[in-house]
Amino acid sequence: MSALRPDLAVIARHVEPGTRVLDVGCGEGELMAELQATKQVDARGMEIDPQAVAQCVARGLSAVQGDANRDLADYPDNAFDYAVLSQTLQTAERPDLMLEELLRIGRRAFVSFPNFAHWRMRAHLLLRGRMPVTRHLPVSWYETQNIHHVTVTDFRALLASRQVRIERCWFFSGDREIGPRGANWRAEYAVFLLRR
Amino acid sequence: MASARAQPTTCMALAEPLALDSGQVLHGVTVAYETYGTLAADRGNAILVPHALTGDQHLASPHPITGKPGWWHRMVGPGKPIDTSRFFVICANVVGGCMGSTGPASAAPDGAPFAMRFPVITIRDMVRSQVALLDRLGIARLHAVVGGSMGGMQALSLAANFPGRAARVLGIATSARHSAQNIAFHEVGRQAIMADPAWQGGEYYGSGRTPDKGLSVARMAAHITYLSEAGLTDKFGRRLQDRPDGSKGAKSFGFDADFQVESYLRHQGISFTDRFDANSYLYITRAMDYFDLAEEHGGRLANAFAGTDARFCVISFDTDWLYPTSESRSIVHALNAAAAPVSFVELSAPFGHDSFLLDVPALDRVVAGFLGQ
Repeated sequence: MSALRPDLAVIARHVEPGTRVLDVGCGEGELMAELQATKQVDARGMEIDPQAVAQCVARGLSAVQGDANRDLADYPDNAFDYAVLSQTLQTAERPDLMLEELLRIGRRAFVSFPNFAHWRMRAHLLLRGRMPVTRHLPVSWYETQNIHHVTVTDFRALLASRQVRIERCWFFSGDREIGPRGANWRAEYAVFLLRR
Repeated sequence: MASARAQPTTCMALAEPLALDSGQVLHGVTVAYETYGTLAADRGNAILVPHALTGDQHLASPHPITGKPGWWHRMVGPGKPIDTSRFFVICANVVGGCMGSTGPASAAPDGAPFAMRFPVITIRDMVRSQVALLDRLGIARLHAVVGGSMGGMQALSLAANFPGRAARVLGIATSARHSAQNIAFHEVGRQAIMADPAWQGGEYYGSGRTPDKGLSVARMAAHITYLSEAGLTDKFGRRLQDRPDGSKGAKSFGFDADFQVESYLRHQGISFTDRFDANSYLYITRAMDYFDLAEEHGGRLANAFAGTDARFCVISFDTDWLYPTSESRSIVHALNAAAAPVSFVELSAPFGHDSFLLDVPALDRVVAGFLGQ
């Protein structure tokens, strides 16, 4: 088994076998390949980078080049058992609308994102007065694709306001899973399994 | 790299008459085709490659008239993306064509050439004749059908009208319907042919005169649509031809081909008439104009693919304004709605619509990857 990124590994572990999955921002198809190989999942991907799409096709995966900000509208309602959005929410033009799209297309949605309220980020901003640059978020403010900085608490508030139910959530520090207590301080990133 | 060794063109008489979309029935149809590679014992390794408007069965073998390498020799051969050491590749001249398959130049039952008595054919009719060929070859299910431009239309039509006959469908620089702009360009070409006095209402066979001027203008107009503005600018700009007297870069203050781009287009037009029949051009462009896969299936493109069990891959090019990416996206949209497994990528290449025929390494990778799974 290949070494999947920890948030993808959690998703791969909790997808039910034999389901249909849309991986939004699928990159070169690491998650899709894993799901196909281990869970007989019918996986499809959407990816904005044509070279990554070409790589997916070359490994026998189905991926469509598209911009998730626009092209999710092309998918019918409830077309998938799961829609997956990993580490992409914070780059969306309108994360709230993208969340609505995910829950329209998929009966359930996995969403993972970096937690901008992690203590190291807070310390960075508080003590140095500069936008944090960390191992997980290594890009300076002026060239980062992360245009909507979100925290675990912010995300929970968004879900509550849209009547989205949390089925499960997982939190990570470094590459280790941690408990939910104090997650908004302690988690570097989070994975949520959501449904309407 | 080795080139593909083709079996020489075979002409096969179809067992059954061809019932056409027009309601007419074409009897005694011959299909001229070439094959490359070896058909596996289980007959499961066949790839059908339908050709584009002015293509023919000489997919990867030298053209008998021009002597040039086959139109997709880049793509088809041992170790190439469509690997003939692994796959049995079939390419057939379309019905209505002029390279051996039954077309307007063929003899009608009365012994005289059909000319304009040839029935108007459709893309689906072309596909019917190729499926009949597959039946004769004993190929129940293709590993893949792969086509660019009009070849892609045939690939989509095969998937929609003969579900189960292809496990993979790859359409490149293509569309599920001909746009108004595409029809308009074709009409210019047809009018150029029919305005040539040598056309003679299509009855020019045996008259000693052929509508080369008209066909040549049709080809020139069409050729512009296959290129991109940037490509033309790169290749020719406003550069002038050397004059016949040897002087360089002077305007003639007349209507000779002063600009290199004029000279290039004239050459493209004239050389085309050596290898193509003007009436075939009328019929094949008409077939493309009539193509609307959604219309055939109750107006909804997704319905066309409702019965398919194939995997699809759709490829467009960013400089192709004849079959732009939006056309590919509508195919992808329909396939998604039909829950068919589909991949789509828009590749960057400078050659306009012709990119599918030219050196685009990313295309090679995607084609090889899609067929190789």
